[in-house]
Amino acid sequence: MPDLLLELFSEEIPARMQTRAAEDLKKLVTDALVEAGLTYAGAGAFSTPRRLVLALEGLTAESPDVTEERKGPRVDAPEKALDGFLRATGLSKDQLEIRDDKKGQTYFAKIVKPGRSAEEILAEVIPATIRNFPWPKSMRWGAGNLRWVRPLHSILCILSDENGVRAVPFDVEGIAAGDTTEGHRFMAAGRFAVTGFDDYAAKLKKAHVILSAEERADHIWHDATNMAFAAGLEVVEDKGLLAEVAGLVEWPVVLMGEIGEEFLGLPPEVLQTSMREHQKFFSVKNPTTGRIERFITVANRETADHGATILAGNGKVLSARLADAKFFWENDLRIAKSDMSAWTRSLENVTFHNKLGTQAARIDRIAALARDLASVVGADPDQAETAARIAKADLSSEMVYEFPELQGLMGRYYAEAAGYPAEIAAAAQEHYSPLGPSDDVPTAPLSVAVALADKLDTLAGFWAIDEKPTGSKDPYALRRAALGVIRLVLVNGLRVNLDRFIDAQLIRIEAAVNHDLDDSALTELLQEIAHHGVFGAAFHAVKDRLDDLHDAFLDLETKVPDASDDLLRFTHDRLKVHLRDQGIRHDVIDACLALPGSDDLALLVKRAEALAAFLASEDGENLVQGYKRAANILAQAEEKDGVEYRYGADVKYAETAEEKALFAALSQAEAAVSPALASDDFPAAMSAMSALRAPIDAFFDTVQVNADSAILRRNRLNLLHEITASCGKIADLSRIEG
Amino acid sequence: MAEKSTQPRSFQEIILRLQSYWATKGCAIMQPYDMEVGAGTFHPATTLRSLGTQPWAAAYVQPSRRPTDGRYGENPNRLQHYYQYQVLIKPSPPDLQALYLGSLEAIGIDMDLHDVRFVEDDWESPTLGAWGLGWEVWCDGMEVSQFTYFQQVGGHDCKPVSGELTYGLERLAIYILGVDHVMDMPFNDPDAPIPLTYGDVFRQTEEEYSRFNFDTAETEILLRHFEDAEAECEAILSHPAEDPKTGKRIIMAHPAYDQCIKASHLFNLLDARGVISVTERQAYIGRVRALAKKCADAFVQTGAGGYAPESDSAA
Repeated sequence: MPDLLLELFSEEIPARMQTRAAEDLKKLVTDALVEAGLTYAGAGAFSTPRRLVLALEGLTAESPDVTEERKGPRVDAPEKALDGFLRATGLSKDQLEIRDDKKGQTYFAKIVKPGRSAEEILAEVIPATIRNFPWPKSMRWGAGNLRWVRPLHSILCILSDENGVRAVPFDVEGIAAGDTTEGHRFMAAGRFAVTGFDDYAAKLKKAHVILSAEERADHIWHDATNMAFAAGLEVVEDKGLLAEVAGLVEWPVVLMGEIGEEFLGLPPEVLQTSMREHQKFFSVKNPTTGRIERFITVANRETADHGATILAGNGKVLSARLADAKFFWENDLRIAKSDMSAWTRSLENVTFHNKLGTQAARIDRIAALARDLASVVGADPDQAETAARIAKADLSSEMVYEFPELQGLMGRYYAEAAGYPAEIAAAAQEHYSPLGPSDDVPTAPLSVAVALADKLDTLAGFWAIDEKPTGSKDPYALRRAALGVIRLVLVNGLRVNLDRFIDAQLIRIEAAVNHDLDDSALTELLQEIAHHGVFGAAFHAVKDRLDDLHDAFLDLETKVPDASDDLLRFTHDRLKVHLRDQGIRHDVIDACLALPGSDDLALLVKRAEALAAFLASEDGENLVQGYKRAANILAQAEEKDGVEYRYGADVKYAETAEEKALFAALSQAEAAVSPALASDDFPAAMSAMSALRAPIDAFFDTVQVNADSAILRRNRLNLLHEITASCGKIADLSRIEG
Repeated sequence: MAEKSTQPRSFQEIILRLQSYWATKGCAIMQPYDMEVGAGTFHPATTLRSLGTQPWAAAYVQPSRRPTDGRYGENPNRLQHYYQYQVLIKPSPPDLQALYLGSLEAIGIDMDLHDVRFVEDDWESPTLGAWGLGWEVWCDGMEVSQFTYFQQVGGHDCKPVSGELTYGLERLAIYILGVDHVMDMPFNDPDAPIPLTYGDVFRQTEEEYSRFNFDTAETEILLRHFEDAEAECEAILSHPAEDPKTGKRIIMAHPAYDQCIKASHLFNLLDARGVISVTERQAYIGRVRALAKKCADAFVQTGAGGYAPESDSAA
């Protein structure tokens, strides 16, 4: 059983692509080998900046013979048919077998496809894999047509077993596979031959290449933490950077250097971002002060001066970078201290989206909405408006232009420097949060108001211009924005009917994008919504009051509710995904969505959680069955009779004890459920409902609904309706699956 | 490996060594293009010559202007006017990386002491409708060159592929010469009778242009010139291939391309003046790109662009 070693040696492969490429190589080659009838005992994939490597252990030396039987013509078929069959199978008549088939004596051919050697199969599979390799981006070079991530230089492909080593014979666009490779670009000279994986890995190490990315990362982290520890400092952990750096070197050498005194006053995040993004340096901080004082860089070689030249060079580059950062920081601070609103004003020249106007216009809208939301989140309306107005000012700063990922954070520093209260400054930083499903959710009222306003404005804006996410396309990250709204509401337990705020924001957006609209009518409309909370009523109030309304205004009557309902549906869909991750089934949420007030997400979730817990109990599950039985019988009867049984179940027509008991249980439950629901105490409501389970079961066990007496039947059907109506107060149980 | 070269002593010596290195490697040593450009790539010896099938090998210094990078001569390594060294070889030779590393040795970078790395950096020029894959080359953490295999230029697939090297000369020289500030760098030999620093030559112009670029360049004039260059470029290309005077087939790809270069620089100036909004920005870039594409289309119809008259008559 031979072992296979394959190395594809190229110019430097982007660090971010290496791991995936090694995995792809393993999967593509092994899948194709298995497809061709070979098996193997083990497979390993490796990558360095210049090589992708696959090692297979215990590969079968050849694929087995495959016997295939083909059915031919009947013995009494015309000669021509037999000739055709012989041609197709490549056999002669005496090689055929004659057997009885359903329709009589028939020729059968046994075709043996002989197995092929592993070499032969590999010589087909590997070039095909190379030619069709799924690089995220590939290129051509020179005058050739082959595509690879960067120019491919050599291929090592050997099979080794107890009989020795042999190169697999193939070439790809003039690159012939062989048994040699080379080591480190600078620390090793010349090509060398290898005899198998262990020999290869050992010789590479001698030639200053650590084959395994994991081993390189471990080595880097080990040396970096030791070096920092020895200086009484600690390395700031950064797994992404570690993986990237491990993909930039074949022979990692860790070096630690100092950051110039004049830069230590920069915010630590600026130091860290500048070092990571531009230089791929790790930050080293002083654990007592939290200050970042040194950097760690990873070189790709050892030198006679133990890295002194390399370290000095890196330090110098860093100083130049930080000089730039310091220039930005000081300039920005000067502007922030004199007048931060200059930044907001300059956002009048910055387009947010060509259909949604400028950033400045958007800030105005967010400020208005944050003001409206202030009372909901327990913030001061004036402060909420101010916070919203300065939250995005840093987009005009030089630091954020240079490092977009510092947006918000710089806003906080600059707002503090400008003398704004700490809560307002914090809102500048926190209003972008939460960015993802695991990102922290702001809880400070001002931050929550601005964060909610920011996200709702984004969502309403793209809904107004009908650029919603489709399939996998979500260029404006609207799913993330909706999840942000959901998490802000749930984490903070906000009781807010989103509908009216979405309606109001849609109107503000219409005002901005639709120039045919009369501003004063819109202002009145917004005031009415603030007053009534219901768009329809507000719209009609304004319509009745004002004459000569433009068509553009009248169009809002359907446009706003349509967009608003659709956006709420979208938000509910995101909520389902969010709750599914927390173990609540989508049908449970559907059952709750059917009830009024579903734009109050906190209420919705409270109900769903109680329902989920209730359904997990035996009473709950049985009650659902009872409910469904009642609903089914009722629906069938209503369809047959062409009438609705809705009112008038009367206990005086109750015949049996079970029937009477059910009447009693329903009125008891009703007495308990209504007040529980009124105080949003869903667990109490559900537990009151669970008392219905036994009487309903007993009722169905003993009472025949479709009684011969028309009066009894009608009364019983009306009773069924009371069951469904009663259950319907806690949720639409018909949505529950199973 | 060749014996270690001596250390260069001035900015100009580094340039001279690069010139002589690439000359020995067979490149035509060309002179800077006589127009304002944002990067060496804009030189027709790169942009246009990377198109079509004709082999090409050229190297040259190109003064480049990036108005937004002006820092009044105060930043240690940021300038609104600087020099790029540019090499373009078509088809890209298999040992281009080794050739490149040889050039670093030639200008005094001892490979045994320094850490040279090829770090992914895909190159794209939205204004030229061009992109390629390659790296930025780091020496001790400093980006010293851009190394690109051109895949597309002016909307045309590059076949064969050109290998392009771009060295940021000031940054590289500051490093090699061991100075901290670009303005302190010796421009000529420090022992010359009249030693000049980079600052002696360029400090004043950096101040003047920084002020001009950021605050006083007349935007209305710039906008008008942009429109003019755009119109002129299209007008040049609208002429029929056959010259009525000589009767020859003369497609004016280069004169048209000059107007494209002009439009591009005017756009950069407008950008530095801060009068172009984000949306408009895309629109302007698109307009320059449209010109670049038309010039590329025209160039591949010329002899230098690989057009052969026989194929025309045969068709």
